[in-house]
Amino acid sequence: MTAEPDLAPRALAVADVAWWQGRRFRHGLGRVALYAVLTLGSGSFLLPFYCLVNMALSTPEALSKFPPDLIPQPIVFANFWEGWDAYYPFTVYLVNTLTITFLSMLGQVVSCTLVAFGFARVRFPLRRFWFTVLLSTMMLPSQVTLIPQYYIFAKLHWVNTFNPLIVPNWFGSAFYIFLLRQFFMTLPRELDDAARIDGCGYLRTLGQVLLPLLKPPLVAVAVFSFVAHWSDFFGPLIYLSDPKKFTMVLGTTMLVSSFGHSYVNLAYVMAVVTWTVIPVLAVYFWAQRYFIEGIALTGVRG
Amino acid sequence: MLPTAPVALLWLQIFNPDSGLANYVLSWFGVPPQKWIYSEDWAMPCLIMMSIWGIGTGLMIYLAGLQGIQRDLYDAAHVDGAGWWAELRHITLPMLSPTIFFNLVLSIIGSFLVFTQSFVMTNGGPNNATLTYVLYLYKQGFQNFEFGYASALAWVLFMIVLVLSALVFRSAPFWVHYEGDAR
Repeated sequence: MTAEPDLAPRALAVADVAWWQGRRFRHGLGRVALYAVLTLGSGSFLLPFYCLVNMALSTPEALSKFPPDLIPQPIVFANFWEGWDAYYPFTVYLVNTLTITFLSMLGQVVSCTLVAFGFARVRFPLRRFWFTVLLSTMMLPSQVTLIPQYYIFAKLHWVNTFNPLIVPNWFGSAFYIFLLRQFFMTLPRELDDAARIDGCGYLRTLGQVLLPLLKPPLVAVAVFSFVAHWSDFFGPLIYLSDPKKFTMVLGTTMLVSSFGHSYVNLAYVMAVVTWTVIPVLAVYFWAQRYFIEGIALTGVRG
Repeated sequence: MLPTAPVALLWLQIFNPDSGLANYVLSWFGVPPQKWIYSEDWAMPCLIMMSIWGIGTGLMIYLAGLQGIQRDLYDAAHVDGAGWWAELRHITLPMLSPTIFFNLVLSIIGSFLVFTQSFVMTNGGPNNATLTYVLYLYKQGFQNFEFGYASALAWVLFMIVLVLSALVFRSAPFWVHYEGDAR
């Protein structure tokens, strides 16, 4: 009943202006325009994905049609398993990729956590200086150190093994150390002090007190690392020459040379491309909240 | 975000002059088919279009930056009667400037290191139209085995990136706003 005195002036105001000048309508119009632009934008970004799946599900006859069908007739799901090792042994490549990716990821998470903990909590001489040195290695593009690195690995007889792709990751990397160190800094030192009074050394303080609190950034680092190594092209290209040791990504690029030959089923090629993209998409969707949180909390302040 | 090399295969098909999506879309507007990556003029724009499709990482960093801006700043501006332009100009942009700075530095460095797109899609061609610095370095080092020359190229590349980054860092005090700490 209290609403009654309120109603009259509002009715008056509506009567004053035409409906298309009203605040609600103009706000709504803005919304519609905004969503139209956003839909158009995301549509054009999704178009290549649609194209990929469309081609992967087509028969060779449907692929040679121009213009292509909006929905392939007929839909051939079998491409996804028949195309898998139709041209190259992608099962071998998958095992290789998983070996490299998981060992690298494990190495980066373990080593970066330890180093970040050191920079955040352990006092040692020239700590600031070493941290600056570490950060400056982020500025150094990996292509610049490529040749000396290749030279060293060649001397170690590591070329054409997985070692050059895995072992360096067990020695930390600047970006992840920086990210984790920022998180360690946000945890109160009282936690460490309490642990020390209870008789914990550095490693137990780290493992039992601090790490359980750092789950989101650790997941973020693991995911970043997974995606980076899964997608890596330059490293495997340089260091692996035996086709039995190739990774998925390297294997797909060998398919380029097969384009344009009539005996190659393009749908099979696109099915393999889809397989290489799916894990990255899956991990990304699963870990999106960790990503955002991971970046947001450290503050990208350099 | 997505692995560049496999995705390049997809784009090779999209830019296929005979049956690609790109020419199909153009045909809606009555534009004649183009040769795309097989034409000297169009090869580089094709690679740029493909790279723009991969901006997910930068986008994510911007999203995180936007979410980091405190709500109460907008509330205060709203009370003071600021419109959307004033809010954008005096709150969003200054508060986002560290993120913009971070993305700027990353993309300047990243642009000099473009390799995979050219290597997979055009191998530097046609007629060197898409030959990037790192691709040239790779060809000299690992195809012609001129390791000395390639190392020298790497040094020059490092100097270029270093000088450009230094310039951007020098410009930071004029436009990057750090909330809280005076840096």
